[in-house]
Amino acid sequence: MSAPGKQKDWKNPVMNWIDYRLPIFSFIENSVGSNYPTPRNLNYWWNFGSLAGVVLVIMIVSGIVLAMQYTPHVDYAFDSVERIMRDVNYGWLLRYVHMNGASMFFIVVYIHMFRGMYFGSFKAPRELVWIIGVMLLLAMMATAFMGYVLPWGQMSFWGATVITNLFSAIPLIGESIVTWLWGGFSVDNATLNRFFSLHYLLPFVIFGLVFLHLWALHVHRSGNPLGVDPKTEGDTIPFHPYYTVKDAFGLGLFMIVFLGFVFFAPDFFGEPDNYIEANPLVTPAHIVPEWYFLPFYAILRAITFDIFIIPAKLGGVLAMFASVSILAILPWLDRSKVRSARFRPVYKQFFWLFFANCILLGIIGGKPAEGHWIPIGQAATAYYFLHFILIIPLISKFEKPLTPPDSISAAVIKAEPDNGGAS
Amino acid sequence: MDKLFHIQPSRTVAAITLSLGLILGAGAGSANAAGGAPKPEKQEWSFNGMFGTFDRGALRRGFQVYSEVCASCHALGLIAYRNLEDIGFSEDEIKEIAAEAEVEDGPDDEGEMYMRPAIPADRMVPPFANDNAARSSNNGALPPDLSLMVKARIGGADYLYGLMTGYKEDAPDGFELSEGMNYNTYFPGHQIAMAPPLDDDMVEYADGTPATLQQHARDVTTFLAWTASPEMEERKSLGIKTILFLIVLTAMMYALKKKIWAKLH
Repeated sequence: MSAPGKQKDWKNPVMNWIDYRLPIFSFIENSVGSNYPTPRNLNYWWNFGSLAGVVLVIMIVSGIVLAMQYTPHVDYAFDSVERIMRDVNYGWLLRYVHMNGASMFFIVVYIHMFRGMYFGSFKAPRELVWIIGVMLLLAMMATAFMGYVLPWGQMSFWGATVITNLFSAIPLIGESIVTWLWGGFSVDNATLNRFFSLHYLLPFVIFGLVFLHLWALHVHRSGNPLGVDPKTEGDTIPFHPYYTVKDAFGLGLFMIVFLGFVFFAPDFFGEPDNYIEANPLVTPAHIVPEWYFLPFYAILRAITFDIFIIPAKLGGVLAMFASVSILAILPWLDRSKVRSARFRPVYKQFFWLFFANCILLGIIGGKPAEGHWIPIGQAATAYYFLHFILIIPLISKFEKPLTPPDSISAAVIKAEPDNGGAS
Repeated sequence: MDKLFHIQPSRTVAAITLSLGLILGAGAGSANAAGGAPKPEKQEWSFNGMFGTFDRGALRRGFQVYSEVCASCHALGLIAYRNLEDIGFSEDEIKEIAAEAEVEDGPDDEGEMYMRPAIPADRMVPPFANDNAARSSNNGALPPDLSLMVKARIGGADYLYGLMTGYKEDAPDGFELSEGMNYNTYFPGHQIAMAPPLDDDMVEYADGTPATLQQHARDVTTFLAWTASPEMEERKSLGIKTILFLIVLTAMMYALKKKIWAKLH
């Protein structure tokens, strides 16, 4: 954030006049400009933060325009989306960008999170950056879930029915909460209306959280692949032009992938069933959530047994919420002083095992809960939690980390070119 | 780096877990494919791939098959007559096609509803007034709207083609076929209410294309691929320009990045 007195003398008199009264140009200069020192050794995994920001803006802009054409009513929602696809100028482009943008948002954010876990970005003094990030993930999940309901296809309707019904697992008041969420006695018009309203609201909550995320980030600034703090001026370079141009290059690559899906495989991430209008009388053969929820869906379904007095259904719901919220206490589970996995030989092994387990959970989430998938899902779920509550604390206690270099510049100048990171 | 970890066993572990999951996944996937129906064979479609477009002849013939065969039971509710202009029908042809159907309009000055011939701006007139009427004429089964059918089924166009060509006169031994149902190789569960819709020489093509069952199925599937994604050709052509532009822009950004970062050393 800009500190008073750090105002630059601008060449342009108009900018100077404005900046003296409202230091907006200095603010930019000090946040993403040439007056923001950044570690010189960030690799390409550090591109995904700014990418997530760009995707958020793309989602908000395309969403606002889509909302101008969409009708949140059970009788018209499906057809209004098809009208956007067929009769609105470039409506198909807007809708496919928004639809695939949601998937891209999760891909980018998941990579951003795994990067944080690998390089220890969540550790002191950046715990709040991480925790706000977990809140961002939760807000994103809620937004994506409600957005998926809006086209009012079969998966929209049945996904909404399954997920809202989870709240009925809460003892005593569960059923009342579900009725309250629905605004009636089933997923119906009232549900669709409030989901539309909240789907429009939540992105701005996300925007606010992003502001806090960046504010906290800018206090202690970016971590880096070595995990050692910048000490001298030689350890850092100005954000602009070095990282603005690097981010621009990364953005170009990302847009090629993103728009590749939009133009050539727009329904790749979607479910065919959602092109059938919602019908409360016909249940689809397999109700599956969008791909980005599959690991959590697998955890939800893994609890098929009562745990003491907790019935299986409630157990599943608790496990699912715990699987996200446990991330928030990661900074206190991992007590290793060394941040980067590059110098943590044991942690590194288990990081990749955890990563593979997350992919496995995703695969299981997409399968019907039957046969050998049930025990595999339970084992993967158990391992997911073990990683956090047992493996990480034990590693940080017993692992003998290698000695990180004294400073960034010492390591970088010795070991050029070193941009590989976790690739 | 510690010698022990030079071979990166962590990544090996990850790779093994991953491939194990994928193998398990693939196995279960094929065993599970909705009711044991086999995967429809992949067909060569004019609209496949990045540069694919709809074969104009197939579209026209497909529309003919739809209107002469399918339209007696299946609606095409998302398509207006005017949309046929996109697949090569002239304005006059479309007016003529539309005028063959009647739609209810009104109320008129006396407050009465009345029937009039359809105009190009009307949506295609459905064969039944409502679902109940459709069911009562079809032994209780509801013929679905076909507008989005290619996008709404796993396997898309290949599945539709498989379905229309996959009827068997007799169910395999031991298969219990219910009264009034038909056996189909590709339909989930194999029991389908729709009788075999197509046969050789069902439609007489104006362009002299041999009127085989396969040809009918191929043409009407192409037509339905268009009704499901009428934007496809515009989308792909805009896509190629956009991606080419992005590749050039990204290459320039890379060069710029190299140039700016070169100053660091």
